[in-house]
Amino acid sequence: MQSHSLRMFLAGAALLASGFASAETPADFLSRYQTEARQSAPGFSASAERGEKFFTATHGGEWSCSTCHTKNPAARGKHASTGKAIEPMAPAANPERLASTRAVEKWFGRNCKDVLGRTCTPAEKADVVAWLMNSPR
Amino acid sequence: MTATFPARALRALALAIAAGAAGLALADDDENKRLNINHPEYRSECGSCHIAFPPALLGADSWRAMMAGLDKHFGSDASLDAETSAVITKFLVANAARRDSAGSDGRPLLRISDTRWFRKEHRDGHDGITPGIFRSEAVKSAANCAACHRNAAAGDFSERDIRIPKNGARS
Ligand code: HEC
Ligand code: HEC
Ligand code: HEC
Repeated sequence: MQSHSLRMFLAGAALLASGFASAETPADFLSRYQTEARQSAPGFSASAERGEKFFTATHGGEWSCSTCHTKNPAARGKHASTGKAIEPMAPAANPERLASTRAVEKWFGRNCKDVLGRTCTPAEKADVVAWLMNSPR
Repeated sequence: MTATFPARALRALALAIAAGAAGLALADDDENKRLNINHPEYRSECGSCHIAFPPALLGADSWRAMMAGLDKHFGSDASLDAETSAVITKFLVANAARRDSAGSDGRPLLRISDTRWFRKEHRDGHDGITPGIFRSEAVKSAANCAACHRNAAAGDFSERDIRIPKNGARS
């Protein structure tokens, strides 16, 4: 049995180290966001179904995540205002996805502000990651 | 007013001055219009939502102003960490147009497509540009350089690679 505080410490250390490591796996993001979400909701467990709903719905603004990324994580998207192609979001279809903290945090930060007018919560991010990981190629 | 020749000569002179003022090193007889975008960080950070625009098409003041407001970038959040932002600003300023690109209010322009040089080069009737083409379904925005300049993403704006989509057509 590992103590809770040791687990928290390890998660924190992983978070710090990730700023320097470049190769991460989608599962790393899932567990990290899940761990963060459990700090305020101990029973939290990521749900791909919730992730899909979150991703494909609008949140008071004009855009949903799907406006640029489509409703299919394995498909190529298209930027809503510039028309530029966006490679698929599912790691199974595009191995470059969910592989770097820098990229993932940067885009969650920007895109959540554009779509929700605020940052995404760790729970929302965990759900989205779970859904993207679930997607076949 | 009556003598057409001096009027035309004057216009030609005015255009030459305007082109010079834009600080663009683009000679019309030059077949290859490759503009420098040769900076990996710039290309990946500023080439994700649209093509990486050539720094030479705006003045240094314009780039500085743009880099200072990335959190509100044409309706999108394009913010960067301070370190990356500084590296990119340095590249942009070092390769900027020689003259500043300012609007009529004297403030730096943020759109290449608002510069006098761009409007002249892309005016209606010039080399197949038709009225409304920039708003058409196929082009959508003057910022969508690659809709016509097929190699724009590589910084190549050579004339032979221009294909203007049919007005209103989908592609
Ligand atoms: C206006 C268009 C647009 C919208 C809306 C949008 N995105 Fe994005 N997103 C992008 C672009 C562009 C990229 C970078 C593409 C690339 O790396 O090639 C990106 C990248 C990402 C990445 C990075 C993945 C990786 O590992 O590289 C994530 C995560 C992401 N978006 C999540 C979201 C979420 C969640 C939403 C909704 C809250 C959303 N996006 C809405 C345009 C958009
Ligand atoms: C999150 C997406 C995103 C990122 C990242 C981004 N831009 Fe933009 N940019 C846009 C949008 C959206 C427009 C407006 C496009 C339009 O009107 O068609 C735009 C427009 C521009 C224009 C004006 C184009 C014109 O002449 O009309 C310039 C110049 C520009 N961006 C430079 C940059 C630079 C430099 C960077 C890197 C620091 C950058 N952009 C990063 C989304 C982005
Ligand atoms: C609707 C189509 C279209 C779009 C969109 C467009 N251009 Fe052009 N561009 C042209 C045409 C046509 C010419 C004129 C070519 C000539 O001089 O014969 C031209 C000329 C140019 C030239 C001069 C090339 C030369 O041979 O002297 C440059 C540089 C250029 N464009 C850059 C841009 C940039 C940067 C953008 C996006 C911000 C852009 N263009 C968007 C059609 C377009």
